[in-house]
Amino acid sequence: MIEARDLSKRYGDKLAVDHLSFTVRPGTVTGFLGPNGSGKSTTMRLLLGLDRPDTGSATIDGRHYRDLAEPLRVVGALLEARAVHSGRSAYNNLLVLAQSQGLPRKRVDEVIELVGLGSVAKKRVKGFSLGMGQRLGIAAALLGNPDVLVLDEPVNGLDPEAILWIRNLLKRLASEGRTVFVSSHLMNEMAVTADHLIVIGRGKLMADCTTEEFIERSSEKSVLVKSPDVARLAELITADGGVIAATDGDGLTVRNLVAPQIGHLAASAGIELHELAPQAASLEEAFMELTRGSSEYEGSIGDAPAPLPTEGGAA
Amino acid sequence: MTTATALPPVGHTASIGVRTERLLRSEWTKLVTVRSTLWSLMLLVVITPGLTALFTWANDHNWSQADPSERANIVADPTSLILGTGFLFGQLTICVLGVLVMAGEYSTGSIRSSLLAVPKRTPMLAAKCAIFAVVVFVFGELVAFPSFLIGAKILHNHAPVSLGDPGVLRAVIGGGLYLAVLGLFALAIGALVRHTAGAITGVIAFVLVLAPLAQLLPGSLGKHVHAYLPSEAGSLIGQAHQAKDDLLSPWQGFGVFCLWTVVLLGLAAWLLNRRDA
Repeated sequence: MIEARDLSKRYGDKLAVDHLSFTVRPGTVTGFLGPNGSGKSTTMRLLLGLDRPDTGSATIDGRHYRDLAEPLRVVGALLEARAVHSGRSAYNNLLVLAQSQGLPRKRVDEVIELVGLGSVAKKRVKGFSLGMGQRLGIAAALLGNPDVLVLDEPVNGLDPEAILWIRNLLKRLASEGRTVFVSSHLMNEMAVTADHLIVIGRGKLMADCTTEEFIERSSEKSVLVKSPDVARLAELITADGGVIAATDGDGLTVRNLVAPQIGHLAASAGIELHELAPQAASLEEAFMELTRGSSEYEGSIGDAPAPLPTEGGAA
Repeated sequence: MTTATALPPVGHTASIGVRTERLLRSEWTKLVTVRSTLWSLMLLVVITPGLTALFTWANDHNWSQADPSERANIVADPTSLILGTGFLFGQLTICVLGVLVMAGEYSTGSIRSSLLAVPKRTPMLAAKCAIFAVVVFVFGELVAFPSFLIGAKILHNHAPVSLGDPGVLRAVIGGGLYLAVLGLFALAIGALVRHTAGAITGVIAFVLVLAPLAQLLPGSLGKHVHAYLPSEAGSLIGQAHQAKDDLLSPWQGFGVFCLWTVVLLGLAAWLLNRRDA
């Protein structure tokens, strides 16, 4: 269990983390979501005792990271930036860590096999690809067989096969009853990996709920309806309290009414329907909705990037 | 699935002795598994006796042309000449290695996994210092004795000296002591500056540049500043006895050097605990 209470961290005049409080529970994968520069990495560094918070505190199983006697036995961490010595082999990088915790050499061999780096274990890390570097980072995190895992952007730069591997690994670790806290700026990745989400923007907590709740809450649902008699249908819908969010030829995007209501309206007025489809917002859209304007670095062209139009009109 | 090896239970408290041993073992592995250590120590072993031989040979060869007062100085303390030449250049390898041992952790980012493994930062720094100082001391002695013996053999005709002469054994052992403290001095600068290139420049400035600059200061001020500079004071340990115009005795000089190093290491430890990694 990870607990953050009123965490704040300022770098110069930039408030990276702004009075953040949350709890990460064991047994589930908890996604830590936010746009680039929203303070995810800083928060994780505060949890891990690498940086000192200006206010508040973070504890892991009730203790500050700095007070853990054998921290790698309690918490396994993968940091965003590479945190190994590039001139040392993968094996020796892990050996250094194992020795500091009193872990046997055999354990180093095991985690190397577990992440599939057996053939390059004796090679210097300098020549490792991004994916191999991430696997080495995961090996380091699993070295002490910890009950708590803190992983910063573990799928960054990985190919689909490796992403799938990490996704399954995280789920398996959570199913073993471990606390798995994993950050990402990729919402769709979190949608398939995380059961619970903690969303931040500009260092502030924006949401702390299950993944389904998040999608439900963050975005209005809409219904796409197509009809040759779109103008009359639109009138009926508006009269019945519906909101036409978008019109595109013979298609309407309707909010405030659900599909059966629209179907009933059309049927009772004898209007022919060609399509009647509830539109579930993707996690990506929900996330953009929520964090709009809170991204640290926004493009100068227009507003936040619009979701790609679905067939027949805007989503 | 990740528990194939039965690990001891978490939460048992290892004794201070066990924890110290783990720290030392880990720092030892860090030191011996990077190539810069091997290269630096190999260079030290080659350069120091080699240049000692070259410089003492040059002095011996030009004996008849040398200034009489210079000859008198050499005869008064041949050890000082022998240990003052090869070490002057050989020590640069230790300056570089000392910086790399600490600043290299920052340049590669491995400081982060080091501090995740050992969140109590002062013990980590202390273990690093202990391992490094012992290794440099051993290699320092490995080059000090051959260097002295080679130099003494070359100077034999004009300025005979042996390990049994007063102060000589202390001076030769002092060569290793000097390098060990110099290594810690460089390590401290590396910890303070946290950038390899900047820190190496800083150490070299202390060791090679400040001394001639201090001598440009007028009168006794320059003499005093010069005498208390870290490497100037520290290298006095390589003299068999105090020369008549030296302000400090060999042990006093070495003490001044140790003091510099302790202060810088203390500052490094304080900052290490305060700064974000």
